[in-house]
Amino acid sequence: MTNPHTLFAKLWDAHVIASLGTGEDLVAIDRVFLHERTGSVALRSLAASGRCVADPRRVFAVTDHIVDTLPGRTGTRVPGGAAFLEATREETRKAGIRLFDVEDPDQGIVHVISPELAIVLPGATLVCPDSHSCSQGALGALAWGIGSTEAEHAMATGTLRVSRPGTMRVTFSGQLGPGVTAKDMALALIATHGASGGKGHAIEFAGEAVAALDLEGRLTLCNMAAEFGAMTAFVAPDQIVFDYLKGRRYAPRGPAWNAALAAWRLLTTDPGAVFDREIVMDANTIAPMMSWGVSPQDSVPIDAPIPAPIPTSPDATSSARALDYMALAPGQRLLGTPIDAAFIGSCTNSRLADLRRVAAIVRGRHVASGITAIIIPGSSAVRRAAETEGLDRIFIDAGFDWRMSGCSLCFYAGGDGFAPGARVISSTNRNFEGRQGPGVRTHIASPETVAASALAGAIADPREWPPLPAPGDGKADDRVHESAAGMGTR
Amino acid sequence: MSAFAPVPCVSGVAAPLLRANVDTDTIIPSREIKGVGKTGLADGLFAGWRYLEPGSRTPDPDFILNDPAFAEAPILLAGENFGCGSSREHAVWALHEYGVRAVIAPSFAPIFRGNCVTNGIIPVVLDAAAIIAIVATGRPVTIDLLAQTVTSGDVSAAFIIDDEAKAMLAQGLDAIDLTQHHAAAIAAFHIADRTARPWIYLEATP
Repeated sequence: MTNPHTLFAKLWDAHVIASLGTGEDLVAIDRVFLHERTGSVALRSLAASGRCVADPRRVFAVTDHIVDTLPGRTGTRVPGGAAFLEATREETRKAGIRLFDVEDPDQGIVHVISPELAIVLPGATLVCPDSHSCSQGALGALAWGIGSTEAEHAMATGTLRVSRPGTMRVTFSGQLGPGVTAKDMALALIATHGASGGKGHAIEFAGEAVAALDLEGRLTLCNMAAEFGAMTAFVAPDQIVFDYLKGRRYAPRGPAWNAALAAWRLLTTDPGAVFDREIVMDANTIAPMMSWGVSPQDSVPIDAPIPAPIPTSPDATSSARALDYMALAPGQRLLGTPIDAAFIGSCTNSRLADLRRVAAIVRGRHVASGITAIIIPGSSAVRRAAETEGLDRIFIDAGFDWRMSGCSLCFYAGGDGFAPGARVISSTNRNFEGRQGPGVRTHIASPETVAASALAGAIADPREWPPLPAPGDGKADDRVHESAAGMGTR
Repeated sequence: MSAFAPVPCVSGVAAPLLRANVDTDTIIPSREIKGVGKTGLADGLFAGWRYLEPGSRTPDPDFILNDPAFAEAPILLAGENFGCGSSREHAVWALHEYGVRAVIAPSFAPIFRGNCVTNGIIPVVLDAAAIIAIVATGRPVTIDLLAQTVTSGDVSAAFIIDDEAKAMLAQGLDAIDLTQHHAAAIAAFHIADRTARPWIYLEATP
């Protein structure tokens, strides 16, 4: 019997072309995905160097980062942004690369549309000049973020020179409680082990609570591995993944599907395989989480006090500065803190399952007065599916702004942004200083927590906002009244 | 083909910027990325800290690089996990254009570290105590990449860097050129892999 292997070793070893003798391997890259913000630069630079894309059929591009998300859009409202769109269009056309542009029915955030179109597949390597590329590991792929220069290398040679990362397994045992999601699992992990806790490692997420997640939840969990400092993260592909992929645009068909399926079923960690590091988290004890500072590691259970900086800790100055920026104090509880805006979107939490859970909370209720509340679907396909189910009506009736897909207000590029000093609760991945606009105070949390907070006008616990009965049973109006009355006494 | 000027050694003033988790949004805010290229970025370097108002160019006198003693420092002394966050290579291009040729930190975010190596900035890993000792000398710093040493006044420390990164930085080598020496192995891999995993090789782009 051969030695037991980790899933990571199986994925990596299947792609090693040569050992470079420097601690790096020459690794075959199956898919390159580009977006207009960094991909345009890589394509221009590659063309300027006189090099060609080795296999343009395995390179894809999308416009998502700086595209307008207002209905009727034609391009971008980011100052200077048009040049990025134009360069992406021109260079993809010249190189023969498939571009999903603003008006394409398949346009959307790269890490949302890549699974939707089955561009990412189990067992594949995929790189994208975007740090949240690790999201796509949710399908059992080895997907990671690179720089523009590495993207040039990947396109020109079909390979990358990469140091083999260490292996880490993060096992979530037990089951999540009601109102607790994949986002909370990720924030709990990062809060416990730090924003660089996964540094230098490829993480396999495993355990009962991970297996129980739908594909969207796994995408959220793997997405946040970027905030854990990991090179990448993935989940062993199972029937949930196979059922999701079957029949999608670039998925294999017929006999090729059966052959692929047989290969994909082998993509598991063998019993007894050894990891460089193991972390175990108890899903039963995870509460809805929220960030209080300017790094995702600055996160606490929503009903817990903000920790006081430990004066002897090297992070004490950073913590004090973070609290100053966020206008919060140690010991303070986040619950009940008034907010100015709520944002639901981004590659972390903007998929159909996310929107369905938000709709369940906001149905029959209304955003608190004076709160800006925005929902950006992760892709044009998500937008259409949500509209088919009538979710858009629920959002609009509740006072949310319902827009077109893109990265939008997840980060500030000079176009849309929140007002300086605004306190924003956001389903995104980063609460860095200025991330959503100069001086903006971002709290990251699950879509449910964002939705509940938008309704309350203050940071709220989604467990306190159970869905109202469906319309038509005669009780909804009373419940709206009750919850509105309840808000005043929080 | 040389992608950038070789950096076998760097000597000069070292600006201390010791906060942990300095992210790429801070190094170059997205709003400061105005062109489809690798230039025109130095002005936006650390814009959120360097200038008093967003979008303005009025220097904040409290920011280290606005201190005349540290202006245009070729070396940054940094905190843990420097360069975390987005993969945007613009962060490294902005630093390089500003004149930074080395960053010394207890640790780097991996994508940022890789971007440094491919763009002519030496990522030097030293423990936090050594970095504090260097700051305390108040003297210029010399980084000898070939000897893998950092010296400042009477402080001297060795650092580790892998051979390929060292060769690329010291000689200004382009990684694509290095990889193209493996063209035969790449072609052989694809022939075998096409049989093993035909679904990976797309025939058309509908």
